[in-house]
Amino acid sequence: MSEREASPSGKGKLALYWAASCGGCEIAVLGIDDKILQVAEAFDIIFWPCVMDGKVRDVEKVPDKGIDLCLFNGGIRTSEQEYMARLLRRKSKVLVAFGSCAHEGCIPGLANLSSKEEIFQTAYHDTPSTDNPQGVEPQPETKVPEGTLHLPVFYDTLKTLDQTVPVDYYLPGCPPEPERIWDALTAILQGELPPPGSVIGATTTVCEECQRTRHEKKIKEFKRTWQIIPDPDTCLLEQGLICAGIATRAGCGALCPQVNSPCIGCYGPNEGVQDFGACMMSAIASVIDSDDPEEIERIIEQGIPDPVGTFYRFSLAHSLLRRGRLKGSGNGRVPVVADAAVEEG
Amino acid sequence: MAERVGVYVCHCGSNIAGVVDVEAVARWAEANLEGVVVARDYKFMCSSLGQELVKEDIEKEGLTRVVVAACSPHLHEKTFRRACAAGGLNPYYFQMASIREQVSWVTEDRAQATQKAKMLIAGAVQRVLHHQALEPSQVPVNEHTMIVGAGIAGIQAALELADAGHPVYLVEREPSIGGHMAQFDKTFPTLDCAACILTPKMSDVDAHDNIKLLSYSEVEEVSGFIGNFHVRLRKKARYVDEDTCTGCGICIEKCPKKVVDEVFEAGLGYRKAIYRPFPQAVPKYPVIDTESCIYFERGTCKACEKFCPTGAIDFEQQDSMMELDVGNIVLATGFRLFDCTRIPQYGYGRLANVFTSLEFERMGNAAGPTGGRIVLRDGVTEPKSVAIVHCVGSRDSRHHPYCSAVCCMAALKFGHLVLERTQAEVYSFYIDIRTPQKGYEEFYDRLQEEGMHFVRGRVAEITDAARSPGEEGKLIVQVEDTLIGRQRRVPVDMVILMGAMEPRLDAKEVAVRFGISCSMDGWFIERHPKLDPVATMTDGVFIAGTCQGPKDIPGSVAQGAAAAARVQGMISRGTVLIEPVVASIDESKCSGCRICNDLCPFNAIDYLEQEGVSRIQTALCKGCGTCVAACPSGAITGAHFNDEQIMAEIEGLLYDVLHTNGAQAPAEEPAPA
Ligand SMILES: Cc1cc2nc3c(=O)[nH]c(=O)nc-3n(C[C@H](O)[C@H](O)[C@H](O)COP(=O)(O)OP(=O)(O)OC[C@H]3O[C@@H](n4cnc5c(N)ncnc54)[C@H](O)[C@@H]3O)c2cc1C
Ligand code: SF4
Ligand code: SF4
Ligand code: SF4
Ligand code: SF4
Repeated sequence: MSEREASPSGKGKLALYWAASCGGCEIAVLGIDDKILQVAEAFDIIFWPCVMDGKVRDVEKVPDKGIDLCLFNGGIRTSEQEYMARLLRRKSKVLVAFGSCAHEGCIPGLANLSSKEEIFQTAYHDTPSTDNPQGVEPQPETKVPEGTLHLPVFYDTLKTLDQTVPVDYYLPGCPPEPERIWDALTAILQGELPPPGSVIGATTTVCEECQRTRHEKKIKEFKRTWQIIPDPDTCLLEQGLICAGIATRAGCGALCPQVNSPCIGCYGPNEGVQDFGACMMSAIASVIDSDDPEEIERIIEQGIPDPVGTFYRFSLAHSLLRRGRLKGSGNGRVPVVADAAVEEG
Repeated sequence: MAERVGVYVCHCGSNIAGVVDVEAVARWAEANLEGVVVARDYKFMCSSLGQELVKEDIEKEGLTRVVVAACSPHLHEKTFRRACAAGGLNPYYFQMASIREQVSWVTEDRAQATQKAKMLIAGAVQRVLHHQALEPSQVPVNEHTMIVGAGIAGIQAALELADAGHPVYLVEREPSIGGHMAQFDKTFPTLDCAACILTPKMSDVDAHDNIKLLSYSEVEEVSGFIGNFHVRLRKKARYVDEDTCTGCGICIEKCPKKVVDEVFEAGLGYRKAIYRPFPQAVPKYPVIDTESCIYFERGTCKACEKFCPTGAIDFEQQDSMMELDVGNIVLATGFRLFDCTRIPQYGYGRLANVFTSLEFERMGNAAGPTGGRIVLRDGVTEPKSVAIVHCVGSRDSRHHPYCSAVCCMAALKFGHLVLERTQAEVYSFYIDIRTPQKGYEEFYDRLQEEGMHFVRGRVAEITDAARSPGEEGKLIVQVEDTLIGRQRRVPVDMVILMGAMEPRLDAKEVAVRFGISCSMDGWFIERHPKLDPVATMTDGVFIAGTCQGPKDIPGSVAQGAAAAARVQGMISRGTVLIEPVVASIDESKCSGCRICNDLCPFNAIDYLEQEGVSRIQTALCKGCGTCVAACPSGAITGAHFNDEQIMAEIEGLLYDVLHTNGAQAPAEEPAPA
């Protein structure tokens, strides 16, 4: 932080932003408890819409690179989020993709299996709780007697932060564990940063942190979590539950396996792995205990009814496929990026 | 330093140049591909002049990377790696683009072929930029060799090596060595007495200082790698102490229990409960068959023990385990005979006077159950007519598609024996007579002269249901004689079925144990069907004889000797180079999930309990990439096939896509809503 802008307080400037995400990341920041005071000691928090009032125009007025650190959570689904991403990128020295959504798209990214029309159809018309007798849908422009109202454009495709602007660091997790947030903040405060572009975290996977005993793996049948009460001491995968701990970056302390539930992969892929789902699939495929194509098909079809949701739950938007095939060209602003073969449903 | 890449486009005579515009491709590569400083086309890159070109350019142009676009890496990757090494470049700074097999041979349109060749070269150039220098590692070769299976092929290999001064362990699962050949009377086409040529070799084995014979033994586990195999084997209990037994055979004489000998006598003769398969058996020590021994069944008898002059009988003996370290392994586990009951319409097992070829071999053998007399199942009646049915289970889509290679000749041999020893008429029912080796066609001519009848056609049925008085009491061979285009019924007294040669029942298990592969039929697969017939894809494991496929004795012997020569080559070199294209595990990334542990086809991966990580034994790894693809931690990297290299190659292959519409203008910052 040597070249930190001199501010009246002599502290660095911190911004936090919330784009397409559930809000858990905001709470996770508070999860560092009283250490938040140390953060406040080191930084002036100049922009944090979730917690304090602030205006976009104030950010626009900050000189370029005037923000020392920006923790950006959420993916990019609307034109407003895209604008904020570009703005904060320009204004920040260090931009961190904070949490799974900004990093990999996370659950909002699963909507990349659908088009904007389909999403609107579900959200504004079809769900049982929708009460919309006039069939209103949000429009980018609406004329009212007082003038024209603007709403952000909703894109067909959710993009991750680094598919939108260059990102300096990634903090994985849904949400990131408070200890890891603190580790990252400490590293940033002390200037002990890894090379730009790195994920700040472990370089091995959840199994490393998991206390369960494991053996050579041979799987004859996959089970859903509701079908068995797993033995608490043996590797869950060996018991037929698809545990993503094998492929998921360590950092959480194997929270889910600890409570007898398989890892679902929120910490994303390990260092050097490009496509989390592909990586999971080739690992799982390797340990199916059969040489008979028909039996293999049966094992997979019965045990893994939702392959995209199972293997790409957090990472579809950031995968090599990025999204399901769009019928027609879609009317979102974002062009169809990949001709993905992921079928919907 | 920016890399300097040389690209060489081979014409392969007109093989490539006939379809691909090689000059244009070379010019294009030089003009467009990043890093390319020289690009040439040349008639035959694999010629010494072509290789010289590469070498010279490395020296004069300071090339740091080389790409040759020619045939396939399978054929000439080694050639060009050598050329690079000759020019002083690490051989792994080389990449080959296959523009013959993958382009000119499979693409008709000249423009398309030329474009495709360009893209493959773009892929190779981008890839080679990411190559790393690799060095092979050296391991010493243990001088001991283990030969598994002591039929004629294994015996030959053992003697060759032992005579050359190298120590050999010869492992045989049966009580005696000799294999199938020990069961025969005569051998085609010379009609040598099988025993006369085999038993001297067997006793040489027994007496040889350099051969340790481990009979009645089986390999249970093999670990390690070329030059350094570790083998665990089980020596089955004979209940006879080999150190005290003199092989006098009194025990056999005194044993009161007689049983049918299903193995050596093919069910045609008897042996005792304590037995030697045949008088000249090597080793000479008998063995007790606990299934038929009265003592093992009822707890009394012990006649053998009572009469043994040296007290060698030991009813308490147990199987014992042995561990051996050897440098090379030769598998010579032979074949088995087709089970003729699988073709019920031929009546074997149901019609008494239908015999298998092995039964007939024993019958024809002067030391066999009938003393060499050719008789019907009753043991006394000489047949007046004999039918020999070829291709039983061979050349038959329901059983084995292949030709068993020796049955025609063995059938002729049988015909000769029948004609020589009886008054019978002999009929051969064949599809095609196959006599391709030295002296074989002449033997066929001889049998035609001797009066053997030949009927061309696959036998439909053998039955004892007579349709005319002439057929009463006979076996009737129903066949379509394809030379005259008519159905025929030939009544005979005796039928011999020439069953197919088959892989051993446990061939697949044995292959897995030794880390080699089997064909769909179950024969062990050689490294190259023409150019490397006794090596396998697993270095240090060789195959010889009929375990590789049907063949005759000369062929088996030649392979035994060839395998021995290959082993000697390894031993005299003293060390072997291990290919550096192997996988390795980054232990800091490995989470110990154990996904990879059971996947390696070469058992190269160990799990280290203490450290909680997996490790690859480099010398065992063949670089197949199975584990690399499976590791969900991305902890395993395949040298020469890492992600970076593969992605670069893919990007290169997509050169035209990325260069025509790839570069999208950066989207401008959208206006705030
Ligand atoms: C009916 C018939 C007649 C024939 N007549 C002739 C002829 O006249 N002339 C001619 O040239 N060819 C003839 N052949 C072909 C000849 O039999 C073979 O070419 C020859 O015997 C092959 O020898 P081999 O060593 O490969 O196999 P085998 O003779 O089968 O020997 C293999 C040995 O390995 C042992 N073994 C197997 N598995 C294991 C294991 N896992 N561990 C330890 N030991 C094991 C077996 O017990 C056996 O001793 C004839 C074949 C048949 C079927
Ligand atoms: S339960 Fe999951 S995290 Fe634990 S060892 Fe098994 S696969 Fe790994
Ligand atoms: S175990 Fe897996 S899903 Fe659960 S918190 Fe950890 S990384 Fe996330
Ligand atoms: S698959 Fe990868 S992470 Fe798992 S044990 Fe093997 S090397 Fe380690
Ligand atoms: S690359 Fe193939 S041979 Fe090498 S360790 Fe992995 S699985 Fe085994």
